[in-house]
Amino acid sequence: MSESACDVAIIGSGPAGLAAATELKRLGVERVVVLERSDEAGGIPRHCGHPPFGMREFKRILTGPAYAQRLVAEAEAAGVSVLVRRSVIHIGPRGLLTVATPNGTVEMKASRILVATGAREATRAQLLVPGVRPLGIMNTAALQAFVYQERRLPFRRPVIIGSELVSLSALLTCRSHGIRPVAMVETHPVVQARPSFFALPHLIGVPVFTGAEILTIEGGRRVTFVRLRQRDGSETFLDCDGVVFSGRFVAEAALAGASGLCLDRGTGGPMIDQHGRSSDPRIFVAGNVVHPVETAGHCWAEGRRVAGAIAADLKATAGPVGHQPALRVTAGAGLKYVVPQRLAIEGAATAHGLNLRATGAARGKLVLSGADGGRLLTQSVRAAPQQPIRFSLAGLDLRSGTGDLLLTLEPAP
Amino acid sequence: MAAFGNPADAIIIGAGVVGCAMARRFAIEGADVVVLERAPDILSGASKANSAILHTGFDAPPGSVELQCMQAGYREYMDIRAGFNLPVLDTGAMVAAWNEAEEDRLPELLQQAHLNGVRDARLISRAEVLSREPGLAAHVRAALLVPGEVIIDPWSSPLAYATQAKALGARFLFRAGLQAARFDGEVWHLETPAGTVTGRSVINCAGLHGDHVETMLFGEAQFEIRPRKGQFVVFDKAAARHLRTILLPVPTARTKGVVVTRTIFGNLLVGPTAEEQDDRERPDVTRPELEALIARAVELVPALAEVEVTAIYAGLRPASDEKHYRVHSRPEAGYFCAGGIRSTGLTAALGIAAHVHALWAKSQTASGSRHASHPAMPMPNLAEHLERDWQVSGHDGIVCHCEMVTGREIEATLASSLPPGDFGGLRRRTRCAMGRCQGFNCLTRLSRMTEGRLPVPLSPEAGR
Repeated sequence: MSESACDVAIIGSGPAGLAAATELKRLGVERVVVLERSDEAGGIPRHCGHPPFGMREFKRILTGPAYAQRLVAEAEAAGVSVLVRRSVIHIGPRGLLTVATPNGTVEMKASRILVATGAREATRAQLLVPGVRPLGIMNTAALQAFVYQERRLPFRRPVIIGSELVSLSALLTCRSHGIRPVAMVETHPVVQARPSFFALPHLIGVPVFTGAEILTIEGGRRVTFVRLRQRDGSETFLDCDGVVFSGRFVAEAALAGASGLCLDRGTGGPMIDQHGRSSDPRIFVAGNVVHPVETAGHCWAEGRRVAGAIAADLKATAGPVGHQPALRVTAGAGLKYVVPQRLAIEGAATAHGLNLRATGAARGKLVLSGADGGRLLTQSVRAAPQQPIRFSLAGLDLRSGTGDLLLTLEPAP
Repeated sequence: MAAFGNPADAIIIGAGVVGCAMARRFAIEGADVVVLERAPDILSGASKANSAILHTGFDAPPGSVELQCMQAGYREYMDIRAGFNLPVLDTGAMVAAWNEAEEDRLPELLQQAHLNGVRDARLISRAEVLSREPGLAAHVRAALLVPGEVIIDPWSSPLAYATQAKALGARFLFRAGLQAARFDGEVWHLETPAGTVTGRSVINCAGLHGDHVETMLFGEAQFEIRPRKGQFVVFDKAAARHLRTILLPVPTARTKGVVVTRTIFGNLLVGPTAEEQDDRERPDVTRPELEALIARAVELVPALAEVEVTAIYAGLRPASDEKHYRVHSRPEAGYFCAGGIRSTGLTAALGIAAHVHALWAKSQTASGSRHASHPAMPMPNLAEHLERDWQVSGHDGIVCHCEMVTGREIEATLASSLPPGDFGGLRRRTRCAMGRCQGFNCLTRLSRMTEGRLPVPLSPEAGR
């Protein structure tokens, strides 16, 4: 075992990790290391061969792989050391990382750590979808890796399960490679991304079944059909040769959980404050492991913002700033999660805002109340189930003694 | 394929755990063996799905062939495992009682365990149960502790048997399901899609198809397979810390019931269900049963409510119209049958092989000469608690991050003497794509690495 040391070790080389790394160098932090477990840095955008990526970051429209390459090049040009084939096995006390490399396991010491391990789509197993297990069942990420990276067609006529943005990405990926999806299926009663987006499947003649139950996936070696119970109770056979499980993202939080960070039930990822600080004061968190999921651009901006907090923390003389008095923020009725889950009460007395997701389609009013039940802020909302919602905290003084905060959705009558 | 030259001493039908162990025993004893398997790989039927426990036989029927084979199999496994580098997770098991009626049955189970020679089994109080397993629900009342029950690798073990058999000269034919059979008074002529195979004896280890095979040979069968489906739910590795000991239910007349146990791979598993069905090919999972298994697991180990599901699967067990093993023979026709090996096959396989071989040897006029030495070959370790390949320098990078499978392991498996016949076989031999992401990250890379090297490819078509 050899030991090496750095100022900041970043786990994961997606948009959040790379943006944070580049920003840390810009802010004068000396030794910044990005640890990526796969063979190539860049994260999930590497799989998405289609635009649009990069508007916010580079002011131009790029494909996913081109965008990922630019992020990596930018980080390396800034002096970040981007190391691939480095799997962080454990985050121990005092910033000690155990890292698997092709040449054995090494230990690495970091003054601060940024966890940016991202998210993945829920599997067929997690969704408990009935039937047998032939070949041809996969997530969007695997589909995209097949067609864009390997130039292989895993199937010709799949059913796409899900109706999030990534589901439409799966549809576009298929159509641009001669794969003709036979249907999109959503088990929830309404589509999960903005309804207007679903003009696309209608336009190209792909039916969208909402409120459908997947009764079974059948096949021998490969998938042969999917049987649905439609909303009206009737049964439909979808003749197909593959099934894409798209969306229902889950935080890739196994490392964070095993390393003792407090996890949030709503997001499945680590709990953070508005600076991205986790329950361990040396460990920060950014990107989709915090909020499954937001766009690459959102994660990029968040990575930069958290990098600022890490740089400031490193400059503080007496070790990690640690936990200051903070307000808990809880997702109440109608909401799946709120991020951040803590608001540290600091000099500036203000916070950026909250990111949240509703449990279904949200139409009505968001209400932030204090410990005494008094309403502090309200904001009207209209969003599809998986549409990101921002709640502004403008005008809220964290020092005004509100006590812990509760955010709820009051549906419109 | 043309017919093989000289008739084999024995044709073993089926390369499940019993067939693999049988091939090993016959090969060690000097017999010339051919193994016919209808699937593209070993372990493709009932042996694909089990709870991976090496049982002591504490609750087996006293005096039965099953008990004898389980205990002989257990002993032989322990004797040979070091040579094959086969792991054991030494957990012990608890038959836990959750209500008064179950508690009342524990003494009789203890008595049966002692009668079966499992002398270290003992009753433990609620306090002792909870001090051993603080993660159990508080309403546990008492338990029968069976220290000898342990967890093994359910796929590397039979693979080891088959690999050794092959090294000793056994021939394995895949996609070689029996199509027709003829006995000329001396020699069996078995027709398969892989050619006609001849042999002086047939050993029926055909599991779920055992009765069909017997019917094909003789026009009728002495037993009837009644497939019993078992569904399982595998929880994420984060679950394993909530339970150390194998948690067995108080058994009923029909089934050993739902088990909650760690796996040797570091997960936690709950199952199986016991559902009778006619279909022998279709082990499907069904939502209400999976939900019931999860609910049961959470009821017994409440912390599991917070843990993600990693995998769901179902297997079919070759139960028969009677409860006991269907081991019988027609020596005059060179026929020996190990049928109806329903749920204890993993434990009993080595014992069944020795038992059937002894029956067979008795019927032979000239016995083959036993191999003077039959070295074991170490299997790659997949057990989480022992050193894995990723921890050893020079492994060419990790391909499957959830299960930490290296490129070197995949390559070695593809180049092994019994390489996988399909993707399922690759998964069972390496753990790839078996983890929490189920291939989200590695499916494509695996497709590339296996291109042209799996008889059933992962991705059929070149794209553009």
